[in-house]
Amino acid sequence: MSKILVIAEHLGGKLNPATARAVSAAVAIKPEAIDVLVLSDIAEAIAAEAAKIQGVSRVLTVERPENAHPLAAVLAPQIAKAAAGYSHVLAPSTTFGKDVAPRVAALLGVAQVSDVMSVEGSHTFKRPIYAGNAIITVEADPSHTIVATIRTASWPAATGGSGTNSASVETLSLDVALPSHTRFIELKQGKSDRPDLQSANKVVSGGRGVGSKENFEIIYKFADKIGAAVGASRAAVDAGYVPNELQVGQTGKIIAPELYIAIGISGAIQHLTGIKDAGTIVAINKDGEAPIFEIADIGLVGDLFKMIPELETALS
Amino acid sequence: MKILVGYKRVVDYNVRIQVKPDGTGVVTDGVKLSANPFDDIALEEALRLREKGVAEEVIVVGIGPADLTAHLRNGLAMGANRAIHVLSADAVQPLTAARVFLKLVEKEQPGLVILGKQAIDDDANQTGQMLAALWDRPQATFASKVEIADGKATVTREVDAGLEVIEAELPAVITTDLRLNEPRFIKLPDIMKAKSKPIDTIEFASLGVDAHDQLKTTHYAAPAKRSKGVMVKDAAELVSALKQKGLL
Repeated sequence: MSKILVIAEHLGGKLNPATARAVSAAVAIKPEAIDVLVLSDIAEAIAAEAAKIQGVSRVLTVERPENAHPLAAVLAPQIAKAAAGYSHVLAPSTTFGKDVAPRVAALLGVAQVSDVMSVEGSHTFKRPIYAGNAIITVEADPSHTIVATIRTASWPAATGGSGTNSASVETLSLDVALPSHTRFIELKQGKSDRPDLQSANKVVSGGRGVGSKENFEIIYKFADKIGAAVGASRAAVDAGYVPNELQVGQTGKIIAPELYIAIGISGAIQHLTGIKDAGTIVAINKDGEAPIFEIADIGLVGDLFKMIPELETALS
Repeated sequence: MKILVGYKRVVDYNVRIQVKPDGTGVVTDGVKLSANPFDDIALEEALRLREKGVAEEVIVVGIGPADLTAHLRNGLAMGANRAIHVLSADAVQPLTAARVFLKLVEKEQPGLVILGKQAIDDDANQTGQMLAALWDRPQATFASKVEIADGKATVTREVDAGLEVIEAELPAVITTDLRLNEPRFIKLPDIMKAKSKPIDTIEFASLGVDAHDQLKTTHYAAPAKRSKGVMVKDAAELVSALKQKGLL
C-alpha cells in the first residue's frame, strides 16, 4: 500500500491553496495514509490549516529558524530525511515545488515525475510535455520512492466541503545538518487587494494590445468591477506593463479559473498552455484572425478601449 | 573562473508538435532542431560574465549522439571557448544528466554551472536542482538577474509571489528564466572561427554513471482539444451570454 508525504507550501504564515490540490492528487493514488509536512520557523497556524484538508491523516511540523524562507538547499535535506517509509513524496508544481522537489529526488537517488495531470495507478501518471502539445503516460519503478510535482490546474483543492477534517498535528524532530551556503535576502512582492491569480474563480488578462503600463489601468478597473484577479501575457510582462508574477502561460502561472477573459492577447501557444483548463474562455481582440479565437468559448472582435467601457455599461 | 553551460538540442520552438498515430512518440524525423531557448539564455549569461571579466572560460556541454557536434559548434560560434560532447545514442533522463554533469564538474572544477530552467521538449525542470543536490552546492533557479562578486552570486529569481533575491556562495548552480537576457545572434565570421575551437568527446559509458531509467514512457497522446466557441457581436451580447452561464 502507498503512504504519501505531501510538502506544504506556505508564505507569511498562511498555507498556499496549491497544497490542497496536491492532496487531491494524493487521494487519487488511494493510499493508506497521507501526511502533510510543514517546514517553517513558526508552523502552528499553517499546520492547523493543513489539518483541515480532507484526506489528510497527520500533519508533521518541523520548526527551525532556518526554515523561515523556502530555500531548496535548506529544505531538501529535511524532506529527504522525513521521506523514509513513504512510497510517494508530492509537492505542488509551483515555483516552490519545482525548486525543491528535484533536489529531494536527487538526494534520494530517484527520478521525479513533473506536473502530474492524472493518476492512472499508484505508479502510473499522465503528464504534459512540449508545452502541453503531447500528453505522456509515465510508469515509475515501484521499488523506489516516487517524487512528483502536481500540476495544480488539473486538480481541485481537497477542501473540507461540509464536514471538515481534523488531522492530528505532530512535531517531527529531524537530525539533519543544514547548509549555510545559500541565504535569503528579500522577496519583492506587489501589494494587491485583488483575488490571487493562481486560485481566483475569475481572471481578466491583458496582452500586448493594451499598449502601455498606463493603459493597463483599464484592465485593473474592469477586473475590480467583476471581482476578478488580473493576469497578463508574456508579451505584456516583457514590455514592462505589469510585474512578472502576473504572467499566465507555460513559463508563468498555469491556471484554471471558471471564467478567463483575455483582452488584447493574440494567443501564442505558450499562453494557451496556461489557460486551457479554464471553464469558459472569453477573447476580446481587434484582430478576428488571432489564434486566441481558436480556443475561446466566446469571442468578441473589437477595439478593447471601446469594448471595455461598453462592457462596464452593459454590466451596470 | 570556468563556467559550465548545459546546451541541449531540442525540437525548435516554432515546430507544431505532432504525436505519432500509434502513440509511440512525437514526430521528430525531418523536424527542425535548435538549441533549447533557455540554454541559449544560459550561454548568453555565461558569455556576458566572461566579457565582464568575472569568468575566463565558458564550456558548453551536450549529451547526445554523434551528430550533436553540429549543434555544439553553434554554441562555440555564439562564443563558448570549447565544448564537451558526452556521446550517448540514447536520450538521458534528468537524474542521469545531473550525474553526468557532476562527473564533468569534478573534472573541470567550474565556479558556476548555468543551465536552462527546463528543456522545452520534456519540460521536466529538474536537472539543475538535481545537480546542485548531488554536488551539495547552492542552487538559484528561475534567475532573471545574476550578479557575481566576492565569491558569491546574488540572484533575483522569478517566483510565483514576485521576485525573490538570494545569495549563493560559489561554486553554485543557476538555472535561467526568460527575462535574464536576450541571447545574441550568431554571426557568419564566428561560425568560421568556431570550426577551430576544440570539442572533447567523452563516451557516456566511460563516465561510470548509472544509466538505468527509473521512468518509462508507455504512451504518447495528443491533448484534448477545446471545441471552437461562438462569436458575439457586441459587449451587451457578451454580458448576457456570461450571465446566462451564471459567470457574472
